Amino acid sequence: MGANVFMFYLFSATILVFALLAVTSRKILRAAVFLLFALVATSGIYFLLQYQFLAGVQLALYAGGIVVLIIFSILLTHHISHKFDRPPLVKMVTGIAVAALGAGLTLFCVWNYPFVNNGAAPADVNMNTIGMQLMSLDKNGYALPFEVISILLLAAMIGAIVIAKKDKKEEKTDSLSK
Amino acid sequence: MIQGIPITHFLIVSTLVFFIGIYGFLTRRNLITMLMSIELILNSVNINFVIFNRYLYPDQLQGHFFALFIVAVAAAEASVAIALIINVYRKYTSIESDNVNEMKY
Repeated sequence: MGANVFMFYLFSATILVFALLAVTSRKILRAAVFLLFALVATSGIYFLLQYQFLAGVQLALYAGGIVVLIIFSILLTHHISHKFDRPPLVKMVTGIAVAALGAGLTLFCVWNYPFVNNGAAPADVNMNTIGMQLMSLDKNGYALPFEVISILLLAAMIGAIVIAKKDKKEEKTDSLSK
Repeated sequence: MIQGIPITHFLIVSTLVFFIGIYGFLTRRNLITMLMSIELILNSVNINFVIFNRYLYPDQLQGHFFALFIVAVAAAEASVAIALIINVYRKYTSIESDNVNEMKY
């Protein structure tokens, strides 16, 4: 068994275990940290597949950005020692049933589908290719989605600021009460 | 592609992560933990895109770029969702999803 194969199974086991812990943990801060581990292990899988750029993006944006954002919002809205109640039994059973049914169906399909490789030589994935394709307008160019995503990010940023800021009325009553 | 690992093993992992996320989304009642389940789901979709790209069409980079764009969308979604959650917390001083259903009408 090669090192690559061993690492793949290690990363997969890490992802599965920590994903399960992240959705079942009763302490919210721990759940966030478990989510972080699952995301980092995913980036390990990208490294194994030799998509280094994507793995770096995964680490920087998911593990470094989103999880930090989630932890911030947890700290703003929760007491750290707060512990959730267990979900009611009916809800838990329905959840497990739905998940098991869906997973069973999907795995059945995946297992029986004959995946065919197109037989082409693997492309060299270096920064040069990625940058050229991201900015190019020709075939295999992704300039349009790139621009659309930048507008989406701008809109999300402005939207988040507008939504999260206090109303003027509230501010006045706050300052009066102080 | 990694020698000695068939594509189905990757797909099994991503399927299981996806449905773990679904399970979390159905059972959790706190808005932040529901958001975390959504992140898990998006992440498993990402793994799928990358694997199909690497194993079935290795001469192209479509799955790779799609995964990149999904990460960007996930970041935008998380920031807006957290702004909403903080706003809800100010109004109701809790972020259980049961309290928020007043906003339906």
